[in-house]
Amino acid sequence: MKAFTELYYELDATTKTLPKVEALTRYFLRTKPEDSIWAIALLVGNRPKRPVKSSDLKAWATDLAGIPEWLFGDSYSVVGDLAETITLLINSTSDKVSEISLNELMRELGAMASLTDAEKKERVLGYWKTLAPQELYVFNKLITGAFRVGVSKLLVFKALSKAYQIEEKVIAHRFIGNWKPTDTSLLDLLKEDEFLDATSRPYPFCLAYALDVEWSALGRIEDWQIERKYDGIRGQIIVRNKELFVWSRGEELLTDKFPEFEELKYDLPDGTVIDGEILPIVNGKIRSFNQMQKRTTRKALTKKILQEVPLKMVCYDLLEKDGKDLRDLPLQERRRLLEEVVTNSKACNSSLVLAPLLSCNAWEKLDQLRNEAKAVGCEGLMLKRKDSNYETGRKRGKWWKWKVDPYSVDAVLIYAQAGHGRRANLFTDYTFAVWDGDVLVPFTKAYSGLTDKEIIEVDAWIKKNTLEKFGPVRSVTPHWVFEIAFEGINESPRHKSGIALRFPRIARWRKDKPLSEANTKEDLLNLLHATQ
Amino acid sequence: MFLQFDKDGIYCAQAGVYIDPWKPVDKAIITHAHSDHARRGSKSYLAHHDSRGILEYRLGQEIQLETLGYSEPVIMNGVRISLHPAGHITGSSQVRLEYKGEIWVVSGDYKVMPDGITTPFEPVPCHHFVTESTFGLPVYNFPDAATLDADLKSWCCKNLNAGKSCVLIGYSLGKAQRILSSLHDMPSPVILHGAIYNTNTALGLSNERYTRYAAGIKKTFQEPLIVVAPPSVIGSSWLRQFEPYELGVCSGWMQLRGARRRRNADMGFVMSDHADWKGLNEAVLATGADHIYVTHGYKSIYAKWLTEQFGLDAVTVDTLYEGEALEQPDTETTEEEDEAA
Repeated sequence: MKAFTELYYELDATTKTLPKVEALTRYFLRTKPEDSIWAIALLVGNRPKRPVKSSDLKAWATDLAGIPEWLFGDSYSVVGDLAETITLLINSTSDKVSEISLNELMRELGAMASLTDAEKKERVLGYWKTLAPQELYVFNKLITGAFRVGVSKLLVFKALSKAYQIEEKVIAHRFIGNWKPTDTSLLDLLKEDEFLDATSRPYPFCLAYALDVEWSALGRIEDWQIERKYDGIRGQIIVRNKELFVWSRGEELLTDKFPEFEELKYDLPDGTVIDGEILPIVNGKIRSFNQMQKRTTRKALTKKILQEVPLKMVCYDLLEKDGKDLRDLPLQERRRLLEEVVTNSKACNSSLVLAPLLSCNAWEKLDQLRNEAKAVGCEGLMLKRKDSNYETGRKRGKWWKWKVDPYSVDAVLIYAQAGHGRRANLFTDYTFAVWDGDVLVPFTKAYSGLTDKEIIEVDAWIKKNTLEKFGPVRSVTPHWVFEIAFEGINESPRHKSGIALRFPRIARWRKDKPLSEANTKEDLLNLLHATQ
Repeated sequence: MFLQFDKDGIYCAQAGVYIDPWKPVDKAIITHAHSDHARRGSKSYLAHHDSRGILEYRLGQEIQLETLGYSEPVIMNGVRISLHPAGHITGSSQVRLEYKGEIWVVSGDYKVMPDGITTPFEPVPCHHFVTESTFGLPVYNFPDAATLDADLKSWCCKNLNAGKSCVLIGYSLGKAQRILSSLHDMPSPVILHGAIYNTNTALGLSNERYTRYAAGIKKTFQEPLIVVAPPSVIGSSWLRQFEPYELGVCSGWMQLRGARRRRNADMGFVMSDHADWKGLNEAVLATGADHIYVTHGYKSIYAKWLTEQFGLDAVTVDTLYEGEALEQPDTETTEEEDEAA
């Protein structure tokens, strides 16, 4: 607990990558593996279930601080973080250093689930009354919700790699998929000689950055493989020991959701891993992401829905063949093998489709190809160097994504709500409206896109121009127009406006635009019909 | 009501005087020299002796200013008026007004915890008490001066030993002087931003130990420096010349992690000129007043708390005071001062 608290504060104290990796490495070097495994789990977001309900925590803290319930609520909405609110209200003056290790504490918290409410309260209050402020905060972080300290998986793996002298790529691979800190030994995990021991384990996905360099920096166009960029579920199809596993990029095992791929376990040779995009395709046409969501959010897969929204994988990479890791082969070679595997499969052109390669002989002409994407249900282009290996995670240089320009609409800010965490106590969550006759109808929320400076400016304006307060939400005088960018538009019976946007965000604050020039509901409906 | 909160400020009709008006008036009593309380344009001003230099520096040498010591009464049309220490910054005062046995106290901004350089806050018994509520939430519990001193020093030592300069951010009037007092025995050279250097001069403090910032000054020193500057420099290119440095921000808002992260501070020191939760409650209760007027800050929350918890008649009133501004541009630095930097 002591070492982990120090680590937490070191990570929190800097926004720079290098000191974070150094702090993590020091931690792994001086900490026992049974504690480290918990730290890894907590930092990469593989945390156990919460042992205590947050409503109980709120009630106990309110009680201990001797304040009424509403005042706890008001404090929480200002602080924006439950663990921090409780810590500040308890206002510990202890300077003791706790003896308990992270492993012991996490196991104790895990075992708490089976205790009675009164016993839980006694345990938690025991910690609240004795821990010093910093440990108290970290303790509260452990028993409440999210545990974010601005550390990506990649940084954790980088540090582990340094501390244990094992290649980063291997570490990332070992920690992918389902593992629980309660029954995983760090040393055993790192000791594994053959990565294929775990039959279901996928490879860490290779990700691309958005294109932000000049064509000249990319060299000759002939050296690049050009594919479409798909808007589906990125996934890996794995066949090993006559078993099939389908993983999403979010490291969820989705095999059961996709009965379409069931047959592949007899069809594809053992030791095959394909990287691609799972998409609803009917008569060769890609359907909207909306339809896909209908499929994936459904609990029971009926015959009807399977027929209505059949899924296929558009295959674009081969990571393993005959049980051999191909990631260090050049893309061109992997593509050749991929074509071989897919065309030899019975599923070829039914559940497996090869991602078509596009040809283009000059960078200047590429923009035209990109703009065709929307018409065929794609998001843009992928540019991959033909000699590129398959990297672990997001790396610059070898793979680029080049999306089509988003749609945009000019909308009016009408409601605001305070944000959380870094944005606590600042109005950063906005609701926007368009004109319907002379009425403004709300149609979307957007949270991001403004600079910190703009956020502060908007926040100050909101505080001075509030019309009404409904709980945490404020309505404001309609005044400012913002350009909202989004990736798609769909019908939605759940929204008052009847439409739902995909990935809405603020593109620009249109200080130059008068209120009357914001878009109308009709404009949105026209766009909806045009895209369907 | 004896005091009215009107469009120009807090007004006492009987005495014909405003307290901290935000529009120009004939007669103004100024609780302290921060720019949201002391504004230009009034015909005459009354304030504490210790505020003279800084008020003349900020509002102009030509202002018509009368000053008083603490507890020295003046009578205006039958109203007995006196100033009492508010513990906020140098010269800061609570204004006590007594008329026909009824006593009102306007506390301006105040701090109950002693800071070692400001005349400590004194509770003034009254019937009607006007209080701020900048930190009127139970999550604000500030460390005492000794703890703060120790934290500041050890942070500076750690950075200086690592060969890094320490840039400390605090308002030029109030916070900056406290930072300097905490660090008075550090051996490193101390550079002051022009706004702070000038404010020190206006306060009658010695700048003997400090170097006023001037372009290229970094080159004249071999060793890492301590730099004290107002919040307006955060995010500016001005800071870059002190690389490598660590940034420490001094403000009550630093109690919250979100505020710390927003400012990109390497370190946040919870240092405030305002009362924390405990301080506010102590101050309000010590006056014995039944009627409380809650101004700038978490006023509706704090008024509700006073009503429910202590059975006081607490209401909120609107003023244009800003409390401890963290998000707004530094109101303490005028353009002229920025150029001076």
